[in-house]
Amino acid sequence: MVKGMRKKILVKEEYCIGCRLCEIYCVTAHSQSKNLIRVFRYELGELAPAVIVEEREYTTFAVQCRHCEEASCVRACITGAMHRDSSTGAVYVDRDKCVGCWMCIMVCPYGVIKRGTGSNKVASKCDLCLDRELPACVENCPNEALVLTEVNE
Amino acid sequence: MRYLIIGTGPAGIAAAEKIRGLDEENEILMLTSEEIAGYSKPLITYFLGRKVNEDRMFYRPPWYFEERNISVMTSTKVIEVNPAKKLVITESGEAINYDRLLIATGGLPIVPEIEGLNPSEMEGVFTFTQWKDSKDVAKYITDNDVTEAVVLGGGLIGLKTTEALLELGLKVSIVELSDRILSNTFDKKASMIVTSALQKRGCNVYTNDTIVQVKGKKKITKVVLKSGREIKTKLLIIAIGVKPNVGFLKESGVRVNRGVVVNEHMETNITDIFAAGDCAEFYDPRLGKSSTIAIWPVAFSEGEVAGYNMAGERVSYQGGIPMNSVEIAGVATISVGNTSAEVENVEILEYESDKRSVYKKLVIKDGKLVGAVFVGDIDRAGIYTGLILQKVDVSSFKDDLMRDDFGLVYLPKEYRKKLMEGELKVWLE
Repeated sequence: MVKGMRKKILVKEEYCIGCRLCEIYCVTAHSQSKNLIRVFRYELGELAPAVIVEEREYTTFAVQCRHCEEASCVRACITGAMHRDSSTGAVYVDRDKCVGCWMCIMVCPYGVIKRGTGSNKVASKCDLCLDRELPACVENCPNEALVLTEVNE
Repeated sequence: MRYLIIGTGPAGIAAAEKIRGLDEENEILMLTSEEIAGYSKPLITYFLGRKVNEDRMFYRPPWYFEERNISVMTSTKVIEVNPAKKLVITESGEAINYDRLLIATGGLPIVPEIEGLNPSEMEGVFTFTQWKDSKDVAKYITDNDVTEAVVLGGGLIGLKTTEALLELGLKVSIVELSDRILSNTFDKKASMIVTSALQKRGCNVYTNDTIVQVKGKKKITKVVLKSGREIKTKLLIIAIGVKPNVGFLKESGVRVNRGVVVNEHMETNITDIFAAGDCAEFYDPRLGKSSTIAIWPVAFSEGEVAGYNMAGERVSYQGGIPMNSVEIAGVATISVGNTSAEVENVEILEYESDKRSVYKKLVIKDGKLVGAVFVGDIDRAGIYTGLILQKVDVSSFKDDLMRDDFGLVYLPKEYRKKLMEGELKVWLE
């Protein structure tokens, strides 16, 4: 098990206004061009946001992979594609290994793993944008309904 | 001190990983009767269908074991366990001692008695549970210009094998004893969607039927069904199920019922011998009965529990439920828990769309969700699995469960809060 500090996105449903900017910036951050306009013109077929915005009457929030300490998806994965990175503590999908059996979708209690779209028929989920200083969804949330923290484990 | 693990499947590997996490010093030795360790068994059908190459077969590649200082001996079949001397004896006569032993030998394919069939002598008849089987079948198809095949058994292995054979361009006939394929977990409607998807791809599905005779001298040429139908074939795959691989324990004193009987710590009746995975039979004290649930996540979790306890950390297994996710002929399906309506006092919620080939069913008992089936649309299925495993009372939001946009937002706020804060541990306690 990974010990030490690990990044985690907190979901604050009392602050979410359901603007869905997190979805837009998530898709853009994971695109080829990283350009919002280009993404929506040319790249959308292959991309889907890894953050899911839920809405019901006055309640709304955005939720993405929790990178669970005891991750069910890692246990259920038959290929070893779903794994915890020992240096960052985050849970990743190795897209080359995944065969799209969807065992992870079956066991994720948050329902935040998606079937890849287009030609990407592999599991798709939040990677915590570890190549960026802040995850795109957190950085672009106008009301601090998504907040990055570090937890000690 | 030596930890000895027989079996390199998910249970064995999970145990080795947990042990190494807690004990960096002592030796871990894993044995497998197969030629290759660390590959993923569910992938053997993908390998046959050429969807996965040799490299991608490895769930844990060889360097993974080396890096963690875990020794692996392949082609080493254990034929006897001697608890008095703390030894296991291999087929080649070697004695290997242990301090703590894990039996994680998995399952063996069941081969029924059929007139004219002696699988070890007749060519073209295969079971399908090892990588070797997959390679042998692929070679047999090429060497013999096989263009059609018969698969006996419409369960998961049978159907995934069928899919692979269809990928290779073979004409496949499935023969299933019960009235529908995937009868263990699927009701008629769910089964029909998958059946028609298979038929659209040119596959024959014969239900309420079985093979009563196999014809052919050295090589198989034909099968005869109970219904009288005869099917010419050069290839027969037997996939009617697996049984715990425990024959080698006969003289050992280790208590075996159908599988090796273990308690919530994965301990057998003999000190320092543990068992986990498809070969084990977990006695659940809360239910007062024992069962084997031969699925990957259960094997992995039991392996983890065994590993913890072998390394001296007391951890209890919560018990698992049957569940499976499988995509057949382009149709994604998931079934979780008790999906049969035959149980008394259950309420069934259903959603059907012929146009989208989508079917969903939820089974509710005493206010709690106990089973779920998803065909064609599996998005967010895990939320339902979570509700089943957590035994959440769904009475207050029952009417929302079948909504198209059902999600965490429809759950009681308290449950959602706990979930979001990561307070719920679903598998281990």
